[in-house]
Amino acid sequence: MLEIKCPYCGARPQVEFAYGGDATVKRPELNKEITDQEWDNFVYYRKNPRGKHSELWHHISGCRQWFKAQRDTTTHQFIKTTKLSEEV
Amino acid sequence: MQKYSIFSLIKNAFSNHKNWEVAWKDPTPKKEYDVVIVGGGGHGLATAYYLAKTHNITKVAILEKGWIGGGNVGRNTTILRSNYMYDANNLFYEFGMNLWKSLSQELNYNVMYSPRGIINLAHSDAQMRVYARRGNSMRLNGIDAILLGRKELKKFIPFADFSSDCRFPIFGGLLQPSGGTARHDAVAWGYARQADSMGVDIIQHCEVTGFDVVNGKIQGIRTSKGEIKTKKVGLCVAGNTSVLTEKFNMHLPIESHILQACVSEPIKPILDNVVTFGAGHFYCSQSDKGEMVMGGDLDGYNSYAQRGNLPTIQHVLTEGVAMFPYLSRLKMLRTWGGIMDMSMDGSPIIDKTHIDGVYLNCGWCYGGFKAIPASGWTFAYTIAQDRVHELNAPFNLNRFSSGNLIDEKGVGTKTWIG
Repeated sequence: MLEIKCPYCGARPQVEFAYGGDATVKRPELNKEITDQEWDNFVYYRKNPRGKHSELWHHISGCRQWFKAQRDTTTHQFIKTTKLSEEV
Repeated sequence: MQKYSIFSLIKNAFSNHKNWEVAWKDPTPKKEYDVVIVGGGGHGLATAYYLAKTHNITKVAILEKGWIGGGNVGRNTTILRSNYMYDANNLFYEFGMNLWKSLSQELNYNVMYSPRGIINLAHSDAQMRVYARRGNSMRLNGIDAILLGRKELKKFIPFADFSSDCRFPIFGGLLQPSGGTARHDAVAWGYARQADSMGVDIIQHCEVTGFDVVNGKIQGIRTSKGEIKTKKVGLCVAGNTSVLTEKFNMHLPIESHILQACVSEPIKPILDNVVTFGAGHFYCSQSDKGEMVMGGDLDGYNSYAQRGNLPTIQHVLTEGVAMFPYLSRLKMLRTWGGIMDMSMDGSPIIDKTHIDGVYLNCGWCYGGFKAIPASGWTFAYTIAQDRVHELNAPFNLNRFSSGNLIDEKGVGTKTWIG
């Protein structure tokens, strides 16, 4: 069982959380002309590093807040968790 | 190469089995190959085999970071099936099912092919209609499919929970009689032995560290055992695909996720078929040794760890006990995890890339094992002919831009949900 530190509630067991994927994906701005390539990148392309990964988590069975985490994909170790407004 | 048979077995018994030939050699890499396959798993070994056998290209090396068969081909639940809805999947996997039928004879290696039938359980009228539709789609593509009602199904799996007051009462199921299982290690070893006998170099403990690309063409590959010149490189590295393609700045619509499975202690025969309980995220078969082989969900977060966490195993087995209550009394023997290359529509990618001479075979999600023969066959064709075969043409990389997705499950890009 992983222990995940919610920036709002503190350390809680993994089963309280849902995974939200790559935190670096940005939706293109509304009403802005974009290329198909930019849209494809937003919809289908994710960072998939072996090692440090910036990702979103959702404390879905707790405070229901989304937050950012930096985690090592080779060890599952959570390096740091922060609120969305903060820099990791 | 020594032929395996009852006679060679008897002959070697007289010398206490001390004089068997090695099944494959342990060569040092040559300076140059016509084709280099990265990844000595099922797909890589099968690709090399079909390159040599079908296309007469034998100056081939397989580079494997660990040992052959140590990745997902040694970490799966050995299920064979072609019970899909879309034509592209049906035709591709059924082509593979036909290769499976004669694989033991072709490889002179018993892969323990066991077409025991695979059953997908349905729990509502709506789901029965969906399965009727899927079964029809299979039959139109020449695949055997039988829609079973509750009573017929009870003859197949009498020890499942057929009560009507449970959360997911059994309404029926879709049976593919030709689906089944095979022995995973034997598949890797059988392909390796035959590929080796035709001149393919299987180089283990050799990690790829870089690619030499000049003017958009591959010239060679850098490894922990030195540089190797080649004009063609095929990548068959499943969950590690992104790590390699990053080396030439190619991003892929793939996430690597951990998928766990487990086996129980062996018991007497109780389950004849492979049964999937999709609504409960659980599937099960019984191995020839008597162990219950079980699996279910991804852990649900990006991972390269080849090991998962207990909550997922608990979740999967809770669902398992709900469907097959007798499982509750069993002890688990082993759990393990493999790294799945989850593509964004749930279907694989077998294609050329923007770099001349680099070919891609990835995105197998949960279903790589059954695809080994078909994947190897079509990938070998694509590498040898430098173009896609009609079987793997739909599984191109461009489909994410063109919109021709093969989203069999219709769950969108959140692959960890499906």
